[in-house]
Amino acid sequence: MLTHLPILQVIVPLLAAPLCIFLRRPPLVWLFTLIVSSLAFVISILLLQQVMASGTIVYELGGWDAPWGIEYRIDALNAFLLLIITAISTVVLLAAQTSISKEIPKEKHMLFYTLYLLSLTGMLGIVATGDAFNVFVFLEISSLSAYALIALGKDRRALWASFQYLIMGTIGATFILIGIGLMYQMTGTLNMEDLSTRLPEVAQTRTVFVSFAFVIVGICLKLALFPLHLWLPNAYTYAPSIVTAFFAATATKVAIYLLIRFSFSVFGLSFSFTTLPLQILFMVLGLSGIFVASIAAIYQTNIKTLFAYSSIAQIGYMIVGFSVSTVTGLTATLLHVFNHALMKGALFLALGAVMYRIGSVQLSQFQGLGRQMPLTMAAIVIGGLSLIGVPLTVGFVSKWYLLMALIEQGWWPVAVLIVLGSLLAVVYVWRLVEIAYFKPQLVGKESVKEAPLSFLIPIWILVMANIYFGIDTRLSVQVAQAAAQSLFGVSP
Amino acid sequence: MKDLVAVVMLAGIYGLLSACFFVAMDAVDVAFTEASVGAGISTLLMLVAITMTGRSEQAARHKPALAFVVVVITGGLLIYGTLDMPYFGAVDAPIQVHVAPRYINDSMQEVGVPNIVTSVLASYRGFDTFGEAVVIFTAGIGVLTLLPVLRSRKGDDAVESLNDSMHEQHLIVRIVTKILIPLILLFALYVQFHGDFGPGGGFQAGVIFAAAIILYAMLFGLEVARRVINQTFIQFAAAFGVLLYGSVGLVSLLNGGNFLDYSVLSADPIAGQHLGILLIELGVGCTVTSVMVIIFFHFAGRKEDKQRMKEEEVG
Repeated sequence: MLTHLPILQVIVPLLAAPLCIFLRRPPLVWLFTLIVSSLAFVISILLLQQVMASGTIVYELGGWDAPWGIEYRIDALNAFLLLIITAISTVVLLAAQTSISKEIPKEKHMLFYTLYLLSLTGMLGIVATGDAFNVFVFLEISSLSAYALIALGKDRRALWASFQYLIMGTIGATFILIGIGLMYQMTGTLNMEDLSTRLPEVAQTRTVFVSFAFVIVGICLKLALFPLHLWLPNAYTYAPSIVTAFFAATATKVAIYLLIRFSFSVFGLSFSFTTLPLQILFMVLGLSGIFVASIAAIYQTNIKTLFAYSSIAQIGYMIVGFSVSTVTGLTATLLHVFNHALMKGALFLALGAVMYRIGSVQLSQFQGLGRQMPLTMAAIVIGGLSLIGVPLTVGFVSKWYLLMALIEQGWWPVAVLIVLGSLLAVVYVWRLVEIAYFKPQLVGKESVKEAPLSFLIPIWILVMANIYFGIDTRLSVQVAQAAAQSLFGVSP
Repeated sequence: MKDLVAVVMLAGIYGLLSACFFVAMDAVDVAFTEASVGAGISTLLMLVAITMTGRSEQAARHKPALAFVVVVITGGLLIYGTLDMPYFGAVDAPIQVHVAPRYINDSMQEVGVPNIVTSVLASYRGFDTFGEAVVIFTAGIGVLTLLPVLRSRKGDDAVESLNDSMHEQHLIVRIVTKILIPLILLFALYVQFHGDFGPGGGFQAGVIFAAAIILYAMLFGLEVARRVINQTFIQFAAAFGVLLYGSVGLVSLLNGGNFLDYSVLSADPIAGQHLGILLIELGVGCTVTSVMVIIFFHFAGRKEDKQRMKEEEVG
């Protein structure tokens, strides 16, 4: 069965989704979903081990060799992302049943888990595949289920947020499809490996240039790269807490993966960074994203919106690392993908716990929570510290690598700006800490208790991971470096 | 244009024209799907939606200048991109010389299905088709989640009286439809199983099958149609289609092949391919039919609920 791991990674959650319809009873479906997600997590660990030990794994679907059939191609980069997605999905699911019991009507629980699994499938499928059109098909699965999941939010504004996301997401997906179509027309193939060998021959044509532009813009829409980020804050704010925690930690990471895969592997480094002024463009957009979103975050009164803006800022850091286009820069981006998933997973789950106890995540409602929900608030504080990039947390590791990459290139001004951007994070995290710890508790809220264990366990798993990977960076740095090196064609 | 019905009609015409366009390009299978989905069912669903939201568009609150600029840039880029394209139908175009020759020359020996489109869609790139079936399933689940049908409070008597009144109103249409429905269903089955040899397959057949059911529901009322087609059953059917497709893949895994490698399903590889394609097309048909019916029932169900609420308010 070991040779079939790449496909099992995707079809286990895929086939579990329709099975949920047959199970029907919510607690049973939850348990089933949790088991399936854990199974996917185990598979991703095995895959990562296999890739690190013996290199890229190729799996031919239907027994047809590429480029005639579709192939799955798992290298260090894919395995790294598969691990992040399945790990976050599993940890978040631990809290799911408790959280949605207050946020989603009971008759919809079964459908919620079905959509959750489909969304997981979509993301895993995008990452695992080595075929450009197959990416689009799984992108549709993950997006459609994401729209429905976001619209499930209790607040009626969730519908509007989901609709906005639907329009932006569909435009993004269509752009990617147009790009892939043009690529196919110029090369006659859809296989990524094959595309990368055949595209250079026609690289000078206008059609390939246009196809590149469409693919990049489409991915940036999905990525919520500033200034295409407008759908993200509302979607994250009004979605059910569990959905926000899951998507904030994974969905944009998948888009980052696509960006890296298309620009480095498919179009190739020299093409990507010479046809469009991608380096300077992404540098500017990344930096302005960091500042605009961080400043916007400071003025938010809804904590979910606050951290949603912070997510856009963090995407900025990833994009800056990407724009350096060196091995160290890309390592920093990949590390931040991993680390940001841990931070935002922990933070949004903790907000889910607050939502569960208080029914709101408005800043004013946090008064005195430091004493009433000490463990949850401590988790938010540690997550916040990690977001700022304080030493001994994961945030420090990725920012350190990012600064190293920038200094390596001699881009001192950018490095200074990155540090300044981190200071803005201090401001918005401090606002929350001040209210939670230094204000008396609200009248009538004296009975608020600590969050239940089903929340505390997953939250603290992620918080511990934040600290652990901040100290022992062997796993994350090793894999990120291996992935970056293989993308640059450097043998490790 | 502010009149939404006209917009929907234009969209339907657009669908029909693109179907004709596809026929002209010799892509009959695609044309088939476009005609039934683009011109048929989606127009109908839009009309149902309009009956709930109102017929005319509200005045726009924002200036569309930015959107216009984006559209012009996008369109301009697209045209710019066509400049270096190989000529349409050129023999030496990359798409004709790289992957396609194997499909054209060897698919008969390798897959054994005369319709090359089917062998590419169901076998060479069968995993994409699986993904598409799952996309449709996801859409169905999404609609189920967001548009729950409220429990009907009206008794059977009301249905009967509605039935009687309808009976007088649309006598001819009803009788003609009653004659037509079996034929439509039969045609759907033909499209389903003839996909190996001519244009057709699970997607097209599913939509046609669903069209017959929807036609029935439109003329005889939703309540009656719901009695014929149980809601839980149709959800199971949608899930079953995906599972059927997936289990074909799993069986080939267990028989020692790769996922969706139909050749190992039977001792003779060609027979295995035939069996595999038959089963997965059946799975696709099953899911597509069920999801179309689910979407229609839930859209139309909302409307009936709304009407009922209005009536209760008045009464």
